[in-house]
Amino acid sequence: MNFIDAKQVVKNFGGVQALKGVDFTVETGEIMGLIGENGCGKSTLMKIISGVYQPDSGTLEIAGKRIEQNNPFEAIRLGVSVIYQDLSLFPNLTVIENICLGPIIGDDSFFSRQGRYRDKALAILRDLGVDINPEDLLEDLPIAKQQLVAIARALANDSKLLILDEPTTALTRREIVQLFGLLGDLKQRGLSFIFISHKLGEIVEICDRLTIMRDGLVVGIERVADLTIDKIESTMLGRSLEFRKKTTSYASGEPVLQVENLSKKNHFRDVSFSLRAGEILGISGLLGSGRTELASALFGIGPADSGRITIRGQAAAIRRVGDSIRRGVAYVPEDRLTQGLVLNHSIENNIAVATLDKYLNPLRLLDFRKMKSEVGRWIESLRIKTDDGRKAANTLSGGNQQKIVIAKWLAMNPSVLILDGPTVGIDVGAKSAIYETIEQNARDGMAVIIISDEIPELLANCDRILVMGGGRVTGEVAAAEASEEKLQEMMERLPVSQRR
Amino acid sequence: MHITKLLRRREIVLVALIVILSVATHALNPNFLSLENITDLLKSFTVLGIFSLGVVMVIVSGGFDVSFTAIAQVVQYAVVALFIHTGGGNIYFAVAVAIVFGTLLGLANGAIIHYYRMPAIIVTIATQSLYYGIMYVITQGQLIYDIPGFFWEFADARVGNFTGAHGGSFGLSLPTFLWFILGVILFFFLSYTKLGRSVYASGGNRISAERIGFNLARTTLFVYGAMGAIAAFASIVHVSLVQAVIPNSIVGSEMQVIAAVVLGGASVTGGRGTVLGTFLGVLVFAILSNSLTLLKISSYYYDVFTGLIILVSITANAIQVKRQKSQRIRVQIDEEHEAAKVGAAY
Repeated sequence: MNFIDAKQVVKNFGGVQALKGVDFTVETGEIMGLIGENGCGKSTLMKIISGVYQPDSGTLEIAGKRIEQNNPFEAIRLGVSVIYQDLSLFPNLTVIENICLGPIIGDDSFFSRQGRYRDKALAILRDLGVDINPEDLLEDLPIAKQQLVAIARALANDSKLLILDEPTTALTRREIVQLFGLLGDLKQRGLSFIFISHKLGEIVEICDRLTIMRDGLVVGIERVADLTIDKIESTMLGRSLEFRKKTTSYASGEPVLQVENLSKKNHFRDVSFSLRAGEILGISGLLGSGRTELASALFGIGPADSGRITIRGQAAAIRRVGDSIRRGVAYVPEDRLTQGLVLNHSIENNIAVATLDKYLNPLRLLDFRKMKSEVGRWIESLRIKTDDGRKAANTLSGGNQQKIVIAKWLAMNPSVLILDGPTVGIDVGAKSAIYETIEQNARDGMAVIIISDEIPELLANCDRILVMGGGRVTGEVAAAEASEEKLQEMMERLPVSQRR
Repeated sequence: MHITKLLRRREIVLVALIVILSVATHALNPNFLSLENITDLLKSFTVLGIFSLGVVMVIVSGGFDVSFTAIAQVVQYAVVALFIHTGGGNIYFAVAVAIVFGTLLGLANGAIIHYYRMPAIIVTIATQSLYYGIMYVITQGQLIYDIPGFFWEFADARVGNFTGAHGGSFGLSLPTFLWFILGVILFFFLSYTKLGRSVYASGGNRISAERIGFNLARTTLFVYGAMGAIAAFASIVHVSLVQAVIPNSIVGSEMQVIAAVVLGGASVTGGRGTVLGTFLGVLVFAILSNSLTLLKISSYYYDVFTGLIILVSITANAIQVKRQKSQRIRVQIDEEHEAAKVGAAY
């Protein structure tokens, strides 16, 4: 039986057709994957199911009932819960309240009777097999447990369908395995899930069926057992994407960047490596391994306590961001929305902001024509999808925003480019444009560091991969000799002496 | 509760601070810890204490208000003028009229803030000038000395009456008693009612509160309306204690109230703050002012202290949040190592 049955759903925003007649079903007790490039219409479809938007035409059935007038509360009443990427919880309230706030609000009483809901919260948590004290404040829990609280909350609302929006982004591999075990159990009990993710491996691992969307249309609904990752990618893009292992290296000459015994208390210790011009170095490790802190230290955001950094043969004391930029180091942070972009400013201004000195005329005023032509070159070479560089950055999809951040730093023509999670949460098409740009620049002699969780990404783009764990470098391997399994194993291995 | 966890609680720190300050002040003036002095001190800080109850609720909800002193000033002037004009009346009627008027002015703040999605601090800076300005235009800033007698009686009423060692009588003044009662009511309201929890929820995560079905229009209007009502009640207490309407005597004290509230542990970013902490914050201010007087230090230093306390409290909040974040990362690293060790043992 279908829990969700949507037929020929059409949704327009102004002149743009976001959904062009979509059929979508979720059976009771199945995990339906949903995948597509950014802007393919999958979030619009989810918002129609969860009652945020009304379809312009088409029909929607939830639990066998034809829905005429949907709204968020009606959808929750019918058993549809959305677990947003940010979890949407309250850090300053207790676990009980976070789980039972829905029922508490729905209660007729003027009072918020936490005592009454304590047992309910506890029962749900026990049922999920998680050990959380219900009286704790949410902010005192680690992120993986907070996510379980979000799931518990959906269950407290008697949800029959959970829409999980990129649920694994902030989790370590171990936590992901636990989460998937839990989803499997809940499925056995007849719950249904829509699992939205960019990580193809996870989709194949956990989903029963997969719906693939492109340009407002469903382009494939398949049993996952009948699919391969290659097939998913080519269906999603409408063309095939070659995923290769990097073979040619452009590394040459003396090291551009040398790091010796770099340490920062509580974050990383005794990190040493070197990087030659044209070389692409991958750094991987579990969340909390110190890899992001290391990158921040190289860029001067959180400087190291001790150790030596040498750039192009000269000792470089990097105490603040200016020190690194002056020596030709550029850093694209993990969180592009808060650290990399001024979202409501134009694409042009965002690209040019770090390099305004280059566009000055003899009067030391900005030469806009010069700026525009330079920026135009970047828009073209990174294939940023816009018809007008004067539009605000937030009019673009996540992948294209990331391209802007990268363009901004490339425009500086740095000798060392550090990319932290360059393709997190962006679609396959934008990914390949970014990979091509990285390789192009390496060929021209730029040294690149890529920090990433995704092992295939590192294998495809790096010459060498450094593995970090517990703040130390725990291994190093040439991409040519590495495999996914080998790296996974290295990542989980502990440093020899684990002292704090 | 673990001892370090206990120490992290603002209330414990404040109690320790109050004990130290009291002992130090008592050493300077042996009368300090007498019941007479304590009840007097509480009486003179009753207005600030009542204000602080409204302010802590606004701050917890994620809002801000600097106009409450102007609301109090306007309401006070209007109510006293009204009762002089009509003659008669009593304190109950005066309080009721004040609360209705104050609530309306507060609701206007709330409506602008909610429906136009404006930053609360900007809106209330504007309405402070607006309310206060209109009052001045109409009244030309004239003082009122001949206030109705029932205000005097209200200020002099006591709950419990004792004769002190030196023959003077003392007791908890009725306004102070009402301040405490109001505090207890607010505590239960914020902890145990749905509307009260919605104040915390909207301060903790506004978007989530909206998604989960809280009626944020109601929460916001309630919070600013109640702030207006509380400010109006405080203004009646104020005129009773001062026994005159002085049009510039309340506006200007808002920073002191806010300082006491943030000292009490409320976070200016919303979601955090307690009635007990706020009460202790007011006490610290009261003791500090008393000891400044005893030490014959100029009252101008009081403003310096106010500014410092706001700055230090905000900085302390920020440092605490930062430390919690880095602790969380370390906990996560520890857990990973644990798990990896377990995994390696298999």
